[in-house]
Amino acid sequence: MSTVTVRGTVVIDVDACKGCRLCIDACPPQVLVMTGHEVNARGYRYPQLLAGCTGCKACSQICPDFVFQVYKYETPMEVPV
Amino acid sequence: MPDARIVPTDRPPAEPARLVDDFTPALIDVGAHHLCPGCGEPVAMRLAMEALAELELVRRAIVVFGIGCYTAFSNNLDVEVLQALHGRAPSVATGVKRMRPDTTVLTIQGDGDMVSEGLQEVLHAAARGEAVTCVMLNNGVFGETGGHMTATTVVGQRTKTSLDGRDPELHGRPILLASLLAQVDGTAYVARGAVNNAGNVARTKKMLLRALDVQQQKVGLSFVEILTMCPTGWFVETESAPQYLDEKLAEVHRPGILKDVLA
Amino acid sequence: MSGGAAVGVTISRAPAAQSGRKLMTGSEALARSMIAAGCRFFAGYPMTPFTEVLEHMARLLPASGGVCMNAESEIEAVGMAWGAAATGALAATGSTGQGLSLMQESLAEITLARLPLVVLNMARGQGDYFQATRGGGHGDYRHVVLAPKDAAEAVELVGLAFELTTRWRNPVVVMGDYYLAHTSRTVEIPPPRAPSVPAWALDGSSGGSGAAKLVSFLGSYKQRDDVGYNLADHYRACAAETKAMVAGVTPLAETHHVDDAEVIAVAFGTPARFVLAAVRELRAEGARVGLVRPITLFPFPSAALAAAASGAKVVAVYENNQGQMVDDVRLSLLGAVPVEFIGGLSLDDSGFGIGPELEVGEVRRRIEALLGRGTSGA
Repeated sequence: MSTVTVRGTVVIDVDACKGCRLCIDACPPQVLVMTGHEVNARGYRYPQLLAGCTGCKACSQICPDFVFQVYKYETPMEVPV
Repeated sequence: MPDARIVPTDRPPAEPARLVDDFTPALIDVGAHHLCPGCGEPVAMRLAMEALAELELVRRAIVVFGIGCYTAFSNNLDVEVLQALHGRAPSVATGVKRMRPDTTVLTIQGDGDMVSEGLQEVLHAAARGEAVTCVMLNNGVFGETGGHMTATTVVGQRTKTSLDGRDPELHGRPILLASLLAQVDGTAYVARGAVNNAGNVARTKKMLLRALDVQQQKVGLSFVEILTMCPTGWFVETESAPQYLDEKLAEVHRPGILKDVLA
Repeated sequence: MSGGAAVGVTISRAPAAQSGRKLMTGSEALARSMIAAGCRFFAGYPMTPFTEVLEHMARLLPASGGVCMNAESEIEAVGMAWGAAATGALAATGSTGQGLSLMQESLAEITLARLPLVVLNMARGQGDYFQATRGGGHGDYRHVVLAPKDAAEAVELVGLAFELTTRWRNPVVVMGDYYLAHTSRTVEIPPPRAPSVPAWALDGSSGGSGAAKLVSFLGSYKQRDDVGYNLADHYRACAAETKAMVAGVTPLAETHHVDDAEVIAVAFGTPARFVLAAVRELRAEGARVGLVRPITLFPFPSAALAAAASGAKVVAVYENNQGQMVDDVRLSLLGAVPVEFIGGLSLDDSGFGIGPELEVGEVRRRIEALLGRGTSGA
């Protein structure tokens, strides 16, 4: 089984999102994906996180709606994928 | 069946971790706003406020706002704000800085505000070498009034007052303000950034930091133009806006550092 | 003096600096009195007959620690004064009527931002009365308007202007003209005042506190959970402040020989001195004529005028325009006494409002005509 190094994570304020998708392309390890059918309270699709976040804050810096809180783990983890 | 690959993101991590970026920067009071999905202006506001905080200028800063969609932030910041009229922030900023030379004075204006209505104001402030930092959020349209042509709208760009695309015969050509200001002797730093992708966001943040630093050196006017997305004013799909910016605006208003007298 | 001096003649002359009285033009008197009142920022654009005020401020203000800017346009001048005023400095600007026209959007919004500002109109003639008193810009606001008759009164009214603008956080206009600018009188400039910086003024220091100050013509509400500016609340609050100001500013007027007057002349500014001279000549010949000279054009001294005119047969309004203050005179009297307009444009070919019609003999003839007497010799 292969693993991926996870150095960080995010908290996503789902209902603040307006579905603009800027974060998706901004994420260097490409671990943000938009929901398929699920929508938030406003009716927008929103991002979800896959394993492999590096805590680089590219998402929070580009998000116009302040949806992300970004954390960096004290110790990186190896997570199976 | 829930996707096992999705990582929970509804609460802070249980494992030891440090917060590297909060939802809203400390200097923006309320994150929720009514600006459009995919609007670049809140991104630029965030960068400007973070720059002030990082340089520890918060308790000396006075921000002078013009009038545009970004005016929504003028009563939403934890820094002192003075509201000016459309196009008129540079003269107001001049009065502030001349009376309080130890403050850090910033203007936040759009392209319609700064290059249409207020072109002479910014040119004169630049020529005088006022030690202020002017920031232009350039999306090539009057966004707040619904998407009309400004002095920076590019040839071919469709707006409600250039329905078939800006035509040089009928509408002339755009003014490239950063390029113009770089030629004015009183400017000390002139840069053009963008917020349509992560790399540009990071570079633009550095431009703002540098511009504010140049202000402290009192060697002239510092200017940062920031190309911002306006899918509504461009009549494109939200997710197409970053590419539209690259292909239409950035080809004409080219990002880069145009002048840095202290470099 | 050595021996042999003329008997009985002693000439002593107090040095000008000690007595405080000095001969100077109205332009210089305005500049010096602004500085004495504590003005530390002035911006303007050269335009006749305002230019000399700017020149004097450029020369004198820096020595008092102030800043004088020759702006690149009138709109930039008022913008700079706006920024300076927001930092709590006593600020002033000015122009002639055309330049004031350019400044109107900013003047209206400065009023809505509740900022103090003194604005000089060195007018060409008296055709800017409406612009000043009716609020020449958009929207609903009022400025106090003070109209000096000469350089000495201008010194007093400048001091009053800065007091009123500070007290009410509302711009005050001082209405001058070409004659005021260019004629000289002996004036006494008051001792300098050091104003205090008000609590609402910006200096950067309230940033990062959770309570950063905001100076905005859109209001003072800080954004909280979907509640931002509320223009309705703000405009209503400004209207209430305007009402308080109108009630709180004492209207000023000067009256001469009104008690038994049949004809009461009404005039403001420099031309009022010509009207007063005509009134005095006629009085000396036994005619029952008087003068009411409004000093505050806004708030207009309606009560004083109505009281003075209560026994008169006719009120004669003299102003160098096509009839502007006459409207306020009619509103003050509400038909109690007939009102005649005896003014008119006074022009030479410069267009600066300095024409041959402003002449004591001519004014006298127009007043006399209302007494039912024929024209007397000039």
